[in-house]
Amino acid sequence: MSYKREDRKESELRPMKAKVGVVKNAVGSAMFQIGKTIAMAAVYGPRELHPRFMQKPDTGILRCHYNMMAFSGSGDRVRPGPSRRSKEIGLVTTKALEPALDLREFPKTVVDVFIELLQTDAGTRCAGICAASMALADAGLNMKDLVCAVSGGVVGDTPVADLDYNEEAYEGGSVDIPVAVMPRTGKVTLLQLDGTVSKEKFKEALKLAKEGCNQIYDVQKKALKGKYKEE
Amino acid sequence: MLSVSKEYIRTLAKKGLRSDKRKMDEYRQPVSVEYGVSSKSAEGSAKVTIGDTVVVAGVKTEVGTPYPDRPNEGTIMVNVELLPMSSPEFESGPPSIEAIELARVVDRGIRESHAIDFKKLCLKEGELVWTLMIDIYPLNASGNLFDACALAALAALKDAKFPKLEDDVINYKERTDNPIPLEFLPVSCTVHKIGGKFFVDPTSDEEKATDARLTTAFTDKAEICAMQKGGDEPLTEKEISEIIDLAEKKTQELRKKL
Repeated sequence: MSYKREDRKESELRPMKAKVGVVKNAVGSAMFQIGKTIAMAAVYGPRELHPRFMQKPDTGILRCHYNMMAFSGSGDRVRPGPSRRSKEIGLVTTKALEPALDLREFPKTVVDVFIELLQTDAGTRCAGICAASMALADAGLNMKDLVCAVSGGVVGDTPVADLDYNEEAYEGGSVDIPVAVMPRTGKVTLLQLDGTVSKEKFKEALKLAKEGCNQIYDVQKKALKGKYKEE
Repeated sequence: MLSVSKEYIRTLAKKGLRSDKRKMDEYRQPVSVEYGVSSKSAEGSAKVTIGDTVVVAGVKTEVGTPYPDRPNEGTIMVNVELLPMSSPEFESGPPSIEAIELARVVDRGIRESHAIDFKKLCLKEGELVWTLMIDIYPLNASGNLFDACALAALAALKDAKFPKLEDDVINYKERTDNPIPLEFLPVSCTVHKIGGKFFVDPTSDEEKATDARLTTAFTDKAEICAMQKGGDEPLTEKEISEIIDLAEKKTQELRKKL
């Protein structure tokens, strides 16, 4: 089934907004909005890790927590508390950010990142990763690069970047491929895929996602610099 | 918190002073309300800022069967989650007793004031009623969550529009122009007592140093519609009436922000 976007080009991301320093109590924090999806992230730590057997003698560890606010879903109220889905997203978010972060200065500690979704219209884990990576940078932790994330995908048989909710639910079938990238090296730190797709279409979608990540990179850097311009 | 900091706050309070130079009956600035912060997904939403404290609240509407003893009334449910995002002192896990007390006090302020006519939330007697689910989250917890959460809940209710109902099933994609049947706004104010003095809008540190607190919610006609005393120290009748007078004065200011 052929699909044509009406409001933006196939390679175009939804409008973005980013801001750092949005949670005063946190060591670092950020808000990242793409289309109608709004993610916030707050960093606490490095702080002592309990239970002690989880401590690593040579480095600190990163722990990401993902949560959708009860009213942030498209349909029914989301039941509060951790779900299998939110735990998995917390895990893949941690894995997406770890390669960019160097916590060897802080052995035996933990850095906690709390990601909250205020409003969702698909692409929540990617928005969460974008916010979290900015929050880690805002916290002043050693990083090799920022991490940028966006979905690539195929809607109908059209490769696109940054699917929204309607595209994810497209009745002609759609494939959703969340991708996170460290733009300086182009290395991929998150890759998931939902749907069925040919190798060729997959490669096209991945390329679109990576190009999208470069646009996000600029938005993130601008927001981080913006904090110091204001002050 | 260090006991020396507590002593400092106490010593200042006895002279009618505060560490941030505010008057005893002065709220932090800004006190502001932003509506529709989650307008795509929540039927109503708002963000309330009181100084450094930031709280968001959202309303989701659901339909369900009424309670058997109130077959022609809908209902509300208030939930507060003290997100670990909002303070290094909060941890993940099941709701803490502080979160439960907060939610129950906010709930009572709305429910017992009869600000919402629950009968108007009835769709089919004994069968189908609206339930308003109000979820409140601090984004940055820096004291006085009681007043901030209560204000956020009211603002979210004021912002809310019912979704479309098709054959008794909610179509969340389409929203009507029908607001929540709110007769008035039951605003509440929490007054704290320390060393014999009263003050409002505590910072996190001040909150930990106080002897007692009393939350009072008022209707638009200055009737009391809910109360909750907290803290370790008892209050005398005279003190209670002083607190009520102060709270009433401050709720008039807060009401203007909505």
